[in-house]
Amino acid sequence: MGRFVDLTLAGLTSGAVYAAVALALVLIWRSTRIVNFAQGGMLMITTFIAYTIISHGGSYWLALVVAVAGGLVLGAVVERVLVRPVEKRSPLDAVVVTFGLLVLLQGAAGMLFGGTPRSYPPAFGIAGFQAGGRQLLFAPNDLWIVLVVLAVMAALALVFRKTSLGLRMRATAFAPEVARLLGVRVGRMLTLGWALAAAVGALAGVLIAPSTFVSPTAFDAVLVFGFTAAVIGGLDSPPGAVVGGLALGIVLSYVAGYLGSDIVTLASLVVLIAVLMVRPQGLFGTAKGRRV
Amino acid sequence: MTALASAAPLRLWRQSTVVRHLTLSVVGLVVLYFVSTSLDAFANLQLAQVCYTAIATAGLTVLSGLSGQISLGHGAFVAVGAYTTALLLEHLQWPLALVLFGSVVVGGALGCLVGVAAARLRGPYLAGATLALAVGLPSLADYHGLRDLLGGANGLIVTPEPPPLSLGESFPLERWQAWICGLCLVITLFLLSNLASSRLGRDMRLVREDEQAAALSGVPVARTQIVTFGISAAFAGLAGGLFAIVNNLAAPGAFTLALSLSLLTAAVVGGLGSLAGAVYGAVIVTLLPNWTADLAQQANLPRAIYANIPLVLYGLVLIVVIVVFPGGIQSGVRKLGALLLRRARPDRPQESRQET
Repeated sequence: MGRFVDLTLAGLTSGAVYAAVALALVLIWRSTRIVNFAQGGMLMITTFIAYTIISHGGSYWLALVVAVAGGLVLGAVVERVLVRPVEKRSPLDAVVVTFGLLVLLQGAAGMLFGGTPRSYPPAFGIAGFQAGGRQLLFAPNDLWIVLVVLAVMAALALVFRKTSLGLRMRATAFAPEVARLLGVRVGRMLTLGWALAAAVGALAGVLIAPSTFVSPTAFDAVLVFGFTAAVIGGLDSPPGAVVGGLALGIVLSYVAGYLGSDIVTLASLVVLIAVLMVRPQGLFGTAKGRRV
Repeated sequence: MTALASAAPLRLWRQSTVVRHLTLSVVGLVVLYFVSTSLDAFANLQLAQVCYTAIATAGLTVLSGLSGQISLGHGAFVAVGAYTTALLLEHLQWPLALVLFGSVVVGGALGCLVGVAAARLRGPYLAGATLALAVGLPSLADYHGLRDLLGGANGLIVTPEPPPLSLGESFPLERWQAWICGLCLVITLFLLSNLASSRLGRDMRLVREDEQAAALSGVPVARTQIVTFGISAAFAGLAGGLFAIVNNLAAPGAFTLALSLSLLTAAVVGGLGSLAGAVYGAVIVTLLPNWTADLAQQANLPRAIYANIPLVLYGLVLIVVIVVFPGGIQSGVRKLGALLLRRARPDRPQESRQET
């Protein structure tokens, strides 16, 4: 029973990070109908920026802020330079371009930082809380991760629902042509959407870095899990991304604990296909799925 | 009469695709023979690598170019083929042709399985699922229940058969490997080019263009997609078997995301959907790492730099080709060919060719 509780708590923590990555993918999908396969590479680069600041004596907080700001800039640049030309073409083109960017970033990071994984300091202690005379597999740093992700989601929900900027962004995602006619600067909204998404991704990178280490390929699995979480949730639903992320985190934690950590990525594939077989539109998705 | 007799072979060439493809295959084999006998051992090894890469790329380009499905995880099927060959050779000692056929069957079977899921997934969904396959499948080799069978992280050693004695005592092993891979490549291209002009190939194109219209005209959409995925994965399996024989190894470290990526790069650079393009693309992605390593050695670059040059170039090339030259090399070759033809025969009206 204690082990079950531990695995659930550990799953909750990693699930929160998957949820953040999933949220970044959903933000981009809603506005441009593109799955950003470079997400893992983009958050890897910003995490390396944060790592460089810390290894030069900067504080955790400075590194976090710079990483998120770096994400904003990177997202905006990527949308303007790479995504704009392929946005209206077949989905295959966008997949290949973002996948190409992933590898370009991985190669560039390898050139600059080498392939050896580096350790990244956590914000708070990693010794588990005491409860009922035993140590839980849930530490102050895990609580920090969960709280930050929840706060970011709440803030995004507020922006989208309560501000005029959020309204314009939703209009752009929902009906770009109509939004343009009504005076929304659609291009600018798309750039902003990518920038926001990349910033959320950058945050997720810094949060998960202490447990995965930092290397050019360390976040490949995080991208896969984020994608799976987003698809489980429905790919165009932010609450779905959160629920999908947490659910996936917990399921994968059980798989790692009871079956073996080597097959976790494969298990996420099984979960992905199982969900799509039953509900092709995802749990919270509204888009009509295709039945075969 | 004589004019008619001399025109007959030409007419056969124009009308029968099988004759055309057979002739091209024979020419391909002759060229391979002369190329391989004029190359040294290392170059022959590279030739073998080009050939198996081209086989996997050809499978992928049929999948993406003809039926419009995408796979970011073809490296996983290559891995399955390599492990199948390693196991069959080491444990059962079957003859080589049968072993390779085994890799084709196992790769194809897994492909059909994935294809069932793939038929329900579109563009980015399918890409994500196959990405998970590429990242997740190699780790299976180190799973505790399979570690003894699959050799864990170290993988399995494959001992290739020596060249047959009838070729002479001193016949180089590398040339023999190049011959095996070359023969398999020619057979692959022959089969796939006929497939592209068959009824199934036409169904694939219809499904790619418009699934609903295809379904309305009686094309079994899901079945076509599943079969295409299976065929594509079968050739990736064959490439994997050849990989194991040429590199004497089947290990998880060889089947990274970078492998799947290099196959996609080869297909895109050559021109998605074009078999000739698959060969150009395979030549480029196979030789590129060697060229950059040589250049880096001359320039005394640190290892971290030159080891990553191919990755950076793959990424750049994927982006630039898709954004600027969506047709890849093959569309350039076609345009050049059309231009030359127009120059040569200015009176003939320009035929517009459908690009696939």
